[in-house]
Amino acid sequence: MNTVSVQIIVNGTLYAKEIESRMTLVDFLRDELGLTGTHAGCEHGVCGACSILLNDEPIRSCCIFAVQADGMAVTTVEGLALGRGQLSKIQDAFCEKHALQCGYCTPGMLIACHDLIKHTPHPSAEEVREAISSNICRCTGYQQIVDAVLYATDPKGATHE
Amino acid sequence: MSNANFKYIGKHRRAVEHRRFVVGEGNFAADIHLRGMLHVAILASPYAHAKIKSIDGSAALAMPGVHTVITGADLFADTDAILPGVDAPLVKRYPMAIDIARYAGEWVAAVVADTRALAEDAVELLDVEYEVLDHVIDPEDALSPSSPLIHQAHGSNIIFKRKFTWGEVDQHFSECDHEISYRVRWSRNSTVPIETFAVACNWNDSTQIIDVWASIQMPKFPDQLAKALRLDGNAVRVHFDVDVGGSYGLKRGLKHSIVVAYLARKLNRPVRFVEDRLENMRGGDMQGPDRIFDVTLGFNSDGVIRSMRMRAVDDIGAYSGRSPLQLGKPVGAIIGPYRIQSVEYEAIAVMTNKTPQEAVRGFGQSPTNYAIETGVDKIARFLKLDRIEIRNKNLIGKDEFPYLIPSGTSYDSGDYETVLKKALNEAPLSELIAERDRLRQSGLLAGIGISTCLEPSGGNSSFEPLFNPKNVTTTWMDSCFIRIDLSGSITAIMGTSTSGQAHETLVSTVVGEILDRPPDDIRVLHADSLNALPSNSPVGSRMAIMLGGAAAGAAKKLRSKLLTIAAYSLAMSPEALEYCEGNFISKQDPTKKISWAELVEIAHRKFHELPPLLEPGLQEKFVWEVPTGGALPSADGRVQMYPCHSFEAHVLLASIDPETGIVKIYKYICGHDCGVMISPDVVHGMTYGGIAHGLGAALLEKFSFSDEGQLLSGTFMDYLLPSSHEVPAITIVDHCTPSPLTEFGQKGSGEAGYLGSPAAIASAVNDALAERNISINTLPMTPDAIWTALHEHELEA
Amino acid sequence: MKAAAFDYVRADNLEHALGILDEAGSEAKLIAGGQSLVPMMAMRFARPSLLVDINRLEELKKISQDEHTVRVGACVRQRDIEFNYSLCQTAPLLKKALSWVGHSQTRNRGTIGGSLVYADPSAELPLASLVLGASMHLQSDAAGLREVEAADFFLGPMFTAIAETECLVAIDLPIWHGQHIGSAFTEVSMRRGDFAMASAACQLQTNDDGSLRRISFGVGGVNSTPTVFPQIAQKMIDKPLTPEFAKEVAAEVAKECDPGSDTHASSRFRRSLAGTLLARVMLEALEDSMLNGVSK
Repeated sequence: MNTVSVQIIVNGTLYAKEIESRMTLVDFLRDELGLTGTHAGCEHGVCGACSILLNDEPIRSCCIFAVQADGMAVTTVEGLALGRGQLSKIQDAFCEKHALQCGYCTPGMLIACHDLIKHTPHPSAEEVREAISSNICRCTGYQQIVDAVLYATDPKGATHE
Repeated sequence: MSNANFKYIGKHRRAVEHRRFVVGEGNFAADIHLRGMLHVAILASPYAHAKIKSIDGSAALAMPGVHTVITGADLFADTDAILPGVDAPLVKRYPMAIDIARYAGEWVAAVVADTRALAEDAVELLDVEYEVLDHVIDPEDALSPSSPLIHQAHGSNIIFKRKFTWGEVDQHFSECDHEISYRVRWSRNSTVPIETFAVACNWNDSTQIIDVWASIQMPKFPDQLAKALRLDGNAVRVHFDVDVGGSYGLKRGLKHSIVVAYLARKLNRPVRFVEDRLENMRGGDMQGPDRIFDVTLGFNSDGVIRSMRMRAVDDIGAYSGRSPLQLGKPVGAIIGPYRIQSVEYEAIAVMTNKTPQEAVRGFGQSPTNYAIETGVDKIARFLKLDRIEIRNKNLIGKDEFPYLIPSGTSYDSGDYETVLKKALNEAPLSELIAERDRLRQSGLLAGIGISTCLEPSGGNSSFEPLFNPKNVTTTWMDSCFIRIDLSGSITAIMGTSTSGQAHETLVSTVVGEILDRPPDDIRVLHADSLNALPSNSPVGSRMAIMLGGAAAGAAKKLRSKLLTIAAYSLAMSPEALEYCEGNFISKQDPTKKISWAELVEIAHRKFHELPPLLEPGLQEKFVWEVPTGGALPSADGRVQMYPCHSFEAHVLLASIDPETGIVKIYKYICGHDCGVMISPDVVHGMTYGGIAHGLGAALLEKFSFSDEGQLLSGTFMDYLLPSSHEVPAITIVDHCTPSPLTEFGQKGSGEAGYLGSPAAIASAVNDALAERNISINTLPMTPDAIWTALHEHELEA
Repeated sequence: MKAAAFDYVRADNLEHALGILDEAGSEAKLIAGGQSLVPMMAMRFARPSLLVDINRLEELKKISQDEHTVRVGACVRQRDIEFNYSLCQTAPLLKKALSWVGHSQTRNRGTIGGSLVYADPSAELPLASLVLGASMHLQSDAAGLREVEAADFFLGPMFTAIAETECLVAIDLPIWHGQHIGSAFTEVSMRRGDFAMASAACQLQTNDDGSLRRISFGVGGVNSTPTVFPQIAQKMIDKPLTPEFAKEVAAEVAKECDPGSDTHASSRFRRSLAGTLLARVMLEALEDSMLNGVSK
């Protein structure tokens, strides 16, 4: 059958839906669940705007059908804040260091940066650049994003690269 | 005025827009969900040039879930053509091909279905019969009278051609010691936002209004949409509060919006079209300048450049968007930052069977700067003079402003030498030179790149009447409306969309400065086109000047009104009062004062205490014309273009691996002067981003076409956007030469970085290649292009 | 870019998957990580009517080794290879190749099997597996299990010896034993993580006196498949690998390459790159061998 039943936990909530098997995870999040924070930029796995955490690992949600994620847990940008009005350290640093402009690549960037600092609590500028290298931004030239992550992870205040 | 005088302007401040973006609560056009919404997919022409013999939509219509199929014939019957900005009424353009497809990717039909996936399924069932016609892809071929014609009725592939002569060009050339001629090629690229164009429309039979939510950055979009749809202007309501995911000039989407609005009205259902990336790259009409520059510079042995001849041919593709005008804007800075005394400028816009261009960041200034800077470096090399020294010889001096350039624009202010010096000191140059030499010793080629370029700002789009004398227009206005409500909170309203420039932050900072109230307490909203005051959109780096100026103007009116009320209430003269944070205090006797809250009360509720003849309430609008605007071009094409002139000096160190052609950038400095920065974080951000855009144009990005007119770089696997690995760390060094024309001394800066970085990177690459006596004069400078240039003589052997 | 409709089944086990393939033939396609397949389906270049998901089959995710061989299940994720300590010891070239493969986000989903079966001529894992002399275990319902050497597996661009009804289940990598073993992988691409314009890989072992005891090398992106040169390698045994010798060998190899042209790189540029990179990678492998002691 080309419809399938899926059960996916998103940001801590379990969703059970009947969908077309061809529905990608990004479309599932956006259209089925109304979680429009995750964006589609290319739909062929290059720009990274659609990045989310799947079982805590960052992946491109346009390169996976939702049914492949059945039974798994997804975190989107809507699930990164610590609570209502309580931004995560990275989200706050993005605001402080002007690490975004149009906001379209930002959800994917935040996912990549969150994952980075989980594994590398005090990354170097080079490590930040490596971690965000699969997320394309056309607004910022990446400088302030790197500055934001360094700022978030260095309590003494970020030094410019 | 210096930054030290301001309380809020020029200070670090968190952008208010970021609060929603970091939690994924942006309001982008593809996020709009309306009940019963239907979806569009497009059938595009596979051929570069073909007659459309027939379109059979019956199989598609028979599919369950499909609501309609439309073609160019439907639009031809029910909508008006989109006309070019130049005088070429026979180059008509509709959102879809009418009888003839003129580029591979041109829209031929549209399907509307319950879901986008279904619409794509149905598109595959459309049956179109084509008769292939001769095509032309190369712009120089297209110039030839024997070329196939893109638009038969127009009679030529040239849609615009004009030669301007400003000053005594022939005489100056005859007096020069030397002249140098060269060609540079700026290959087709554009700023490619990560969000494609998306538009949703909803028609209401009772109100007879079409609501439009679009990812738009376009002057006069609602009006042009209404015109095309044969609706009254007040029947189109464009919601400017839609967040736009990057535009950098491109998001004009008029054809997308006409199609969707037409469908929404026809079906009486909300309809949404989100371009997918394939549709966007090939048929979104968002490609950029594609130029051949032939330049001759006349100069003396001491390095002073006296005159320039420039011929610029731009391949605009099969139809005209804003593109021919993109040859016109650079007229306003045609000599760059130099004292060149005379210019002959020939601008030719030619059509080919390719995707049309749209406005790209800088509107043609970056390719022009690249052409000029290439020449300056070539002169330095020819005379064996230092490239910095030659620039210092030619840069307009800080005491020479306002400086009138041969083509009629007056540059308002600047201190180019200081900005360049600051950039060189930051590097510092001595270290770059030492590192360059170390790299050379290690077997690499290495070079230092320099560029000194203008960023005109303010958006006085007088290139419109300049390139089309029938288009008699001189108004380039913007506006702001501010209200202080009954509870004393401040709301400001702007009349156009935002695509990352943080206008809400800009306006609240300005209003906060004038009213001396905390900017974070000031709410800024986007109006819709029915309740908006006039605006001309964020183009031409104009918003800091125009929206900032309008916000300041309205705030000043409010402050003046508050002063009037205060003086009346305290029975004192206005001069006797001090203003502080919204309260008025007597200078003589500080116990005599009136608070913000009390003033608000009087204005809103105590008419009996209001000064006579004053309007009740606290609300003011300000609508104004661009400074120095209002004049039509002269007969010889001289005109004041943009009012304010920002400036950038780029310095970088790069190496080339001679065996692989790979370029690596080690250090990148940008000296930048845009007068007073209202929001420094915003200005810096756009400058970093502009440099990244420029790096892409210089090294990576190209819309390549096959000989058959097929777009070869139609996905992100082939059209290469720079990542955090390709863009180096960048240091910006600020300088401030205020503009005498604006409220705070601010100049515009939305195009910063992009206008000078391709030139600077080309300068570095050519400095590295100079030891082998070769140069590259085509962008992008890919590894293959560099390697081939290095090994050309071996290959020819 | 929405995929054409398809039916989806998640295989319960390998036998189940093979049974479906046997019945459905070309109508069905296996999906593991999907990093290549899903974008192809989004662009409607691939349109299977049935997708068989094998990504959760534990039996295809095992890594085991004996004295001579390490066996990697086809559905082992690239990231799991990257971070697998023992594979770094037994097959270091694999890890070095992986640092060039896509980006961490794609390696979190992509599998070794997926990359090998997709067989892009410029892909890294096919080249590494060829240089290592890997062999592929292919299984079908009708024919059971068979082994195909890497040299016989890659037949052309995006084209391998795998039959429609077969599944790649595991890859065997011979382990090199002894001292002075070194490896290196390099490529040149337009951007970090892009498909290579040309790539080169080498694994070698030297004698105590520094002369070559054993060497295997290949180039990618410059022929219709990745290519190794066992005859040329054979002639290098017992000779010292000097920079001049490396360049000489590389030039000979480059002559045998027949690269295509595309918008990014002409064929003559690629051919030159192949020679340049091969010389560099051989010398890098030599240097690596001098840093390493005994292999595990």
